[in-house]
Amino acid sequence: MATVSTNEMKSGTKVLIDGIPFSVIDNEYHKPGKGQATNSIKIRNLKTGRVLERTLKSGDTLEVADIEEIEMQYLYNDGEFWHFMNPASFEQIQAVKAAAEEASKWIKGEETCRVLLFNGVAIGVTPPNTVTLLITETDPGLRGDTSGGGGKPATLETGAIVRVPLFVQQGEMVKCDTRTGEYMSRAGK
Amino acid sequence: MKGEQHWRPSATLETLKARAELFSSVRAFFVARKVLEVDTPILSAHATVDRHIESYGNASDGWLQTSPEFAMKRLLCAGSGPIYQICHVFRREESGRHHNAEFTMLEWYQPGYDHHRLMSEVEELLHAVGVSGAGFERLSYRDAFLRYAGLDPFAASLEQLRNAASFDSDAGAQALERDFWLDLIMSYKVGPQLGRDSPVFLYDFPASQAALSRINGNIAERFELFWQGIELANGFHELADAAEQRRRFESDQSWRKAQSHIVPPYDQNLIAALENGLPNCAGVALGLDRLLMLMQGLPNVAATMSFSGDRA
Repeated sequence: MATVSTNEMKSGTKVLIDGIPFSVIDNEYHKPGKGQATNSIKIRNLKTGRVLERTLKSGDTLEVADIEEIEMQYLYNDGEFWHFMNPASFEQIQAVKAAAEEASKWIKGEETCRVLLFNGVAIGVTPPNTVTLLITETDPGLRGDTSGGGGKPATLETGAIVRVPLFVQQGEMVKCDTRTGEYMSRAGK
Repeated sequence: MKGEQHWRPSATLETLKARAELFSSVRAFFVARKVLEVDTPILSAHATVDRHIESYGNASDGWLQTSPEFAMKRLLCAGSGPIYQICHVFRREESGRHHNAEFTMLEWYQPGYDHHRLMSEVEELLHAVGVSGAGFERLSYRDAFLRYAGLDPFAASLEQLRNAASFDSDAGAQALERDFWLDLIMSYKVGPQLGRDSPVFLYDFPASQAALSRINGNIAERFELFWQGIELANGFHELADAAEQRRRFESDQSWRKAQSHIVPPYDQNLIAALENGLPNCAGVALGLDRLLMLMQGLPNVAATMSFSGDRA
């Protein structure tokens, strides 16, 4: 099993702790004048996204997590699994709901997503940074409003709810930023 | 990418000028006090056997110094009188914001001084190079732990130390020694609080952390200087007892062997010199890169060096 020592851990290094894959965010070396050196590492749980800190004796090693992120095309979901295809090899994989849930409210099919694989199993899906989707439901806005101050909630065809300006209507296409969950602009019909 | 600018210095030219000024004011300070500048070998047949300091080198090629301490003490034993040195030292596996494997150390020795008197001289040096703040606080190791960790480092149980350290990597944690927990509390709780404004001296360490200092009861006659939470200097009322020195070297070697660490040969010449007689003296080593970093408000030691380890 490949291991990585505290002095090789950099931002982005993937490590395995108690069977859970983590990504290193930060690694800081501490040493009292004459004494035991330690490294405090800040790590993100790749399954839950939670960030935590661990302290290790300098020179200690952790197992390297078999983590790979690849671009895949979203095909469809059957309620239980979300199916993706590698556009180069046409190989298909399925992601369980827990892995795809966050992304699923932004994707309807054919989008290129980044799929995070742990030991070959999908544990996370990142949708495209921006998506263009149809508004399926929103209250009629007030005539003449152009600034969007305040706004109103709108439900998109994929189920996501975003705040849109009052002048944006049901049946329109809107461009949204999936990282912030915010409306960016109208995209025409 | 990172590589493109790697031929360039890690410090700005302005910082390199400030560095040169710092070095010349340090030299002026010692010239005025009639402390002799010396220059000892960087490459030696011997090395430190300190439990937590790793040397570059091997038995056949020799070892790069991690501090000029042994050679300077041999000079003192030969009757040099007060001496100082500015030199590069090397420590394997030390790299980070405040660490570079190769760094610049100022080390000096004053015959007739104890660690308290030497603290005063360290403070005078810092004033001379432009650090302000009169009367640096002097805090004993015990008082610092009481103040910032809420425990007495000499009296607390192993259990209390372990709880205070909040070390969450459980691998082998049960087997770790008392000093391990003290070091951890020092690194994460006490040290970062020290010298927020003006520098602070921490003195009288536990005897188990004596290194090369004299032991008096359960106290090691040592001090460290902290500024803005960073350790800048480490000083000893120097151990002069050759037999005791040999015993400590051998004990450190056994510890290293038990931990499967490299066990370098300790300096037999130092033992022979101590047998000849080391004057009662105190000595201190001060990291000039860190001092410059704090004086200039720089984010890391790399920014004080012409070429830091990643581009050396």
